[in-house]
Amino acid sequence: MIRLVAIIIASTAGLLMLLSPFLPALTSAGAQSSEIFNVIAAIAFILGAGSLVKVNLSRVGRRDAGWGYALVTLVCFAVTLVVGLGKVGVPPNPQFAATPWAGEKDAAGSAFWWIYEFVLTPITSTMFALLAFYVASAAFRAFRAKNREAMLLLGTAFIVLLGRTFAGVWLTSGFPEWASGLRLENLSMFIMQVFNTAGNRAIIIGIALGVTATSLRILLGIDRSWMGVGGGGE
Amino acid sequence: MLFALVVLPATTQANAAHQPAGEAATAQPIFAEGKGPLAGGVLVASGCIIAWMLLARSGAAMRLRRIPALDAVTNAVGRSTEMGRPVLFIAGIQDMDNIQTVAGITILSHVAKTTAEYDARIEVPTSRSLVMEAAREAVRGSYQAAGRFDGYNADAIRYITDEQFGFVASVSGQMVRERPAACFYMGCFFAESLILAETGNSIGAIQIAGTAESSQLPFFVAACDYTLIGEEFMAASAYLSGAPDQIASLKGQDAGKVIVGALVCVGVLLATLAALNPSSTTLQNLVNHLRGMLGS
Repeated sequence: MIRLVAIIIASTAGLLMLLSPFLPALTSAGAQSSEIFNVIAAIAFILGAGSLVKVNLSRVGRRDAGWGYALVTLVCFAVTLVVGLGKVGVPPNPQFAATPWAGEKDAAGSAFWWIYEFVLTPITSTMFALLAFYVASAAFRAFRAKNREAMLLLGTAFIVLLGRTFAGVWLTSGFPEWASGLRLENLSMFIMQVFNTAGNRAIIIGIALGVTATSLRILLGIDRSWMGVGGGGE
Repeated sequence: MLFALVVLPATTQANAAHQPAGEAATAQPIFAEGKGPLAGGVLVASGCIIAWMLLARSGAAMRLRRIPALDAVTNAVGRSTEMGRPVLFIAGIQDMDNIQTVAGITILSHVAKTTAEYDARIEVPTSRSLVMEAAREAVRGSYQAAGRFDGYNADAIRYITDEQFGFVASVSGQMVRERPAACFYMGCFFAESLILAETGNSIGAIQIAGTAESSQLPFFVAACDYTLIGEEFMAASAYLSGAPDQIASLKGQDAGKVIVGALVCVGVLLATLAALNPSSTTLQNLVNHLRGMLGS
């Protein structure tokens, strides 16, 4: 019975979202179902926070591998929660000077703002910067010329990469006008605009049709595996 | 002090209530202007898919080409069982309002059923609370269906953080410590795709990825053993279920591709003819009209 209700809710909300861009009468209903989703997601966050605390507490309690990281997670979670909810160090709101806690929680100068600016942002930037090394190691493996296809990939990548640097432009700048198409920057642009765009469009068309088919299977209740295999769909 | 929850009408509805009936009727057309071609496309694509589903129900045989990445799911879970290591499944970093996340959860159901049958351990870190709840429901259902409900562990499906790089840092750490033998990345990924896939590669895990984010596909192809590219990812659930209805929807999808291909050929032909005959106003107008319809 619960599964049937879930399917009815999913199908109704899905159809509403599908039809609302085409039928102006349903636009507000579509927007409202989006709002309802946001409310449900906010409520689910309590469950998520509960899971985070429970799992990390038990990891610390059992002294599992990496329990120190779990402890750091718990401490950071608690500190951020208290600082954010308690609006610690929030400058007063000039519009409501007499009202305590009227300032924005993330106003410049507040403890929450400080955590965001000087803890979260540097850590996030560091993780993002690490990506350069991962790209290098992945490229090293991908461009290893082990067969004909890999050699073709390597050659294409060489042209595209070199064509987008000053060195590439300089290397072939002496080519005469009638052979300007062979200049590395022009070759690079040709590969990106013709071969790359054609391949990308084919993938995007396939994805669009795939999204339509997946949505229809779920809306019509044919694919119910989002509730677990054996949810009546198999 | 008591607080009351009051439902207020939406702004547009409230404004409409103050307008005279005739004015409201002229202000709001039944069908949105300029959406005709899009609606036509949706109807044709949906029509193809539904027609094939009806054909399958009438008993027509449906054959599907093999997808190696999906055939490898059982092998990957079997390898994890033999090595006594967990299976890691990540359903992307977006919420349940993203179709890729929904597709990822449907694949999770099938993977979880296999882990239940093989008695392997599955770990599902999520970056959204709602995805955690949906994943728990899917895994619970699969373990029940496999008759192994005692093996279901709700804490193995847990919320980490909404923060993109916070999530990837936590999952990478978990991968290095627990060394899962099989890693599945099925959903919507952005810059974190390569960090996850390279970490998985460094620990020697079998990796199967699937996404509809075309910008992330090269990273997965470079670092994973198998990659489901775009539509293959969307087709995965139907493929794994083996149900005729669902396989028929993939056939309908192929019919849609044939129609799109034919339309592309007609468009190319018309655009070429228009470029070769700049004096033909009929051709120029036709091509311009088609461009306008497609918004290009």
